[in-house]
Amino acid sequence: MAGFVERMRNGDIKSLIARNGIFVAFVAFMIAFGIGSDRFLTFDNLESVVRSSAMIGIMALGVTIVVISGNLDLSVGSMLSFGTVMVVNLHDKIGPGPAILVMMICVLLLGAVNGFLIGFVRLNSLIVTLGMLSAIQGLTLIYSGGKNVDVNPSTQDTTWFRVFGRGEVAGIDMPIIIFFALASFVGFIIAFTPYGRRVYAVGGNPTAAVFSGIRRNRVVFSTYIVSAFCVGIASIILGSRVMGSQNNVGQGYELLVLASVILGGTSLLGGSGSILKTVIGVLILGFIQNGLLLLGYPYFAQWIVTWIVIILAVWLDVAAKRGRLLSPIA
Amino acid sequence: MAETSVESVSAQANQGVKGNFRWVVRHPIWAFVVIIFLFFSLMTDTFFSLGNFENILVQTSTLGLIALGMTIVMINGNIDLSVGAVVALAASLTVDIMGWPMFESWGNWQILPAVAAGLASGVLLGALNGLIVWKTGVDAFIVTLGAMLGVRGLVFVYTGEQSFFAMNFAYSDFGASRFLGLPTLAWIFLVFTLLIHILLSRTVHGSNTYAVGDNREAAVNAGIRVGPHMMVNFMIVGFFAALAGITLSTQMGASTPNLGRDYELWVITATVLGGTKLTGGAGNIIGTFGGVLAIGILRNGMNLMQVPAFYVLVTLGVILIAVLFLDKQLNRKGDGELRI
Amino acid sequence: MSEAQPVLRLEGIVKTFPGVRALDGVDFSVFPGEVHALMGENGAGKSTLMKVLAGMYQPNEGRIMIDRKPVVMRNPIEAKQNGIILIHQELSLAEQMTVAENVFLGELPRTRWGFVDWKVLEERVGSILAKLNCDFGPRTNVGSLSIAKKQMVEIARALTHHAKVVVFDEPTASLTDAEKVVLFDIINDLKSDGVSIVYISHRMEEIFTISDRITVLRDGSYRGTLVAADTTEDEVTQLMIGRSLDYSRNIEQGEIGDITLEVDGLSCGRLYSDVSFAVRAGEVVGFYGLVGAGRTEIAETLFGLREPTSGTIRLDGEAVSIGSPADAIANGISLVPESRKEQGLVLGMNCRDNITLPQVDDMTAGPFVSNGAEIAIYDMYRDRLDIKAPSWRSEVGNLSGGNQQKIVIGKWLAMKPRVLIVDEPTRGIDVGSKAEIHNLIRELAHSGYAVIVISSEMPEILRVSDRVIAMYQGRIMREFTADEVNEDNLVQAISGVGNGKAA
Repeated sequence: MAGFVERMRNGDIKSLIARNGIFVAFVAFMIAFGIGSDRFLTFDNLESVVRSSAMIGIMALGVTIVVISGNLDLSVGSMLSFGTVMVVNLHDKIGPGPAILVMMICVLLLGAVNGFLIGFVRLNSLIVTLGMLSAIQGLTLIYSGGKNVDVNPSTQDTTWFRVFGRGEVAGIDMPIIIFFALASFVGFIIAFTPYGRRVYAVGGNPTAAVFSGIRRNRVVFSTYIVSAFCVGIASIILGSRVMGSQNNVGQGYELLVLASVILGGTSLLGGSGSILKTVIGVLILGFIQNGLLLLGYPYFAQWIVTWIVIILAVWLDVAAKRGRLLSPIA
Repeated sequence: MAETSVESVSAQANQGVKGNFRWVVRHPIWAFVVIIFLFFSLMTDTFFSLGNFENILVQTSTLGLIALGMTIVMINGNIDLSVGAVVALAASLTVDIMGWPMFESWGNWQILPAVAAGLASGVLLGALNGLIVWKTGVDAFIVTLGAMLGVRGLVFVYTGEQSFFAMNFAYSDFGASRFLGLPTLAWIFLVFTLLIHILLSRTVHGSNTYAVGDNREAAVNAGIRVGPHMMVNFMIVGFFAALAGITLSTQMGASTPNLGRDYELWVITATVLGGTKLTGGAGNIIGTFGGVLAIGILRNGMNLMQVPAFYVLVTLGVILIAVLFLDKQLNRKGDGELRI
Repeated sequence: MSEAQPVLRLEGIVKTFPGVRALDGVDFSVFPGEVHALMGENGAGKSTLMKVLAGMYQPNEGRIMIDRKPVVMRNPIEAKQNGIILIHQELSLAEQMTVAENVFLGELPRTRWGFVDWKVLEERVGSILAKLNCDFGPRTNVGSLSIAKKQMVEIARALTHHAKVVVFDEPTASLTDAEKVVLFDIINDLKSDGVSIVYISHRMEEIFTISDRITVLRDGSYRGTLVAADTTEDEVTQLMIGRSLDYSRNIEQGEIGDITLEVDGLSCGRLYSDVSFAVRAGEVVGFYGLVGAGRTEIAETLFGLREPTSGTIRLDGEAVSIGSPADAIANGISLVPESRKEQGLVLGMNCRDNITLPQVDDMTAGPFVSNGAEIAIYDMYRDRLDIKAPSWRSEVGNLSGGNQQKIVIGKWLAMKPRVLIVDEPTRGIDVGSKAEIHNLIRELAHSGYAVIVISSEMPEILRVSDRVIAMYQGRIMREFTADEVNEDNLVQAISGVGNGKAA
């Protein structure tokens, strides 16, 4: 707070806004939609927006860590399909508890493959996870034989598995609680623990990190484990909510998730960003969608607005860093 | 004059064997293409036939056309994730405009403004992407990621989430038509492949494409106008994405708003398989053509062997990573390398 | 020469940046066919002046005249059109392209059809390369060339433009002696063709070998131009720093203790071989040699960044195996690396986090990093090293080179190592901070550290070391005590002269 006041006094408001543009944009959005539609700022509406953003949000937590460490993860979408299909399929066969356990192990193994290839073999993360995207999509189809899966309708209302997607605590939907709990947990780890510091160092300057005694390979490996873990949790929620799954349910999510991470202000160059920013990025995406719908625009109009918002957000960020609006390239 | 050329020919002949080997090292994907070609020829009765080769060419022409543009943009040090959405936009626009009442009396000529509009949409979106990358300095990955979502949104809003059907049969017949003994779509793919190969390997613009991707600052210092240059390349990839959308819709006789979904990932896969580097400055059309064929042959051959499509996905993913691994091993430096 | 008109003339050039007057009324003129050295300490304004010359900066005041006509150069391209070519210290080449393409980058010859005219291109480049006596052809890939040869490519590029003035920025920084000779030959050839050379370097002996006149800058202002043949190193130095440099060794000899680090028969591929030496507690051992002599590589091996092919490393008499920097740190070895920005610092992180990075695991309260402990460490080393930063929150990327270097040193002092290795401790640092860092190194040894200093600057080595080890082509040539060592025998030792072992 003292720092904030100090900066205000130094007349640094412009750079403050530029640096925290996403917060300003968020507030502006909320006000604009709040004025435009009287249903927007109701509790029910806000809850439904957060609930529908929770899945992308949970995956975005893991991806944020990967991006802070200077890499990408494009495999989260097909990993979500894989996890959801598996947990739903195993539910009736071995019961919900073991199903969750087996699924989590498998998903973490996939994350370990990513982490091994990128962390230890040092292959380019974009291409490795692109390959994994395709491979995991194939694995999912092989596993399910190309058929969609369902939890037996007779047990859908009785299994405790339903609690993750359909449960409530104190009137708040379970996915929301899981999202915020996980976000706080991951957020604290990344912001305040030695591990988090290492992740930022590896993303900021991998060579200097190694020269400081950080085992870069392990750090990169671990980020993919975190990412896979988050996808596993998202799979449980999705499976529980739908009580079934299509083979390609996660298709396209990888880029939506990445979009919300970028929108929050985490730089693809690595070394900067935060969980808080990502949560706000996710919520902005959710609220844009909801607000536009309430204002009577077609569902897909949100994507057009997202397009503009993403570029503006990153542009503002880049411009603030270089001190001029336009790029100096001839 | 004549003397030198004779000399250089014989010199080339001497280097022939060594040259061939180097050629394979430079394009390892072609070794893979040959292997799977032989494999499927031996394993199935139906693979090795002219008709099937034509099939492969037509099936891969959509991916292939976009990959030509993607190669240029990636050599340039950029990337374009919006190509899949542009495929849908161009297809929807073209099929829709063809049916506009104002062109009703034009007969088959109604195809002309429709196709022009479709191609123009791709070129314009490419120009927009390029302009944003140039002027804002935001990374092309982010700019085109935004465009991927936004353009797809445009398609859904424009089409009202509906599929369009081509009422003009000349249009849908075009997709199955033949010209000089080959399917027309195969011709289109092959001719553009040759053109882009020449563009990249012979022209000044091509050389500049490599230079900009290799060392942008050096290119700026050398007086290359990097911004407009990159914009042109984004327009080229936009053009090819639109063209691919149009040829795809002629094959289907229709357009759907979901057309081209995930194409960006497939195209990047094909391009990277062909040896183009994400970091820019390296890559070529011969490699990309090989990458496209590898995907086409795998899909086709495994389909003929009645292997479910799922395995193709797994195989492709594994091959992509394997190629990357191989590339890393081949380019390893000696004992100068630090353990970092 | 006095009758000739200067080909290039700068008059009263002023260039200001917010809060800084980088150039303050600088005059500078170059005659046809002369080599004009530009000297000054870091921050004196050399690089600003160079960028003004190259069209990268616009002067706020003053004018630039070429062949007596005032010109305005808004960008490097216009500078090039005016015949001024800058050869950067960090070479600006497209590595994956051929020599020919690089030489004509941006202006490739075209055929009638608009295609690149490879034939004309290769002929033209071939003849330029022949003129430069290059042993590589136009089709060679630039990425496969050594730094010296890449420099030739840049020079070839300058020749295609019929350059009037070629500006060399520290061209010999990474050249071997033999390559240096070739470069000087080429400079002399250019000179006899009437091309003028602006030569920027820190290395006094080179300046006197190659240049006709010397212009000195200090604190952004012009201090005078001397004729090389009529002046001395002392005179130039005095102009540069405003006083004569005190080369006297200022060593407070501390108590020298037991052997801390002992290296026996260490080899690493072709990088260095059969290296043996020992460092005692309380002692500074200087490693001196040319770039590529294997000094940095030894440091990297000791710090776990390279795997030795043979030999042993003993710490306090016990053999240790160091597989990674983490191992090295656990064994009490610290390395202040050669490249501050690439290896030493995470530029986007704040000062405090950079200093505590290697030990952040031990600074916890519960599972979290302890803010208080971290700030305490930062404050301690800020005071001890006199780090000037607005606050611990400042990004290190915004600090001056000297302060950045102090952060790196602080980071490693905070680890309380037994062995401290400092590689090029004052590269790119101004004179004042240089002296501070030298004193600091002495102090550290005094307080019981075993210190290894690697440097390419002879005065630095002479100033800080208790013992000097001279290396040449991966081998230790000679070891000197502080009393034995002087400039002459050191130069001989590192150039392989008069030693049977020299290859």
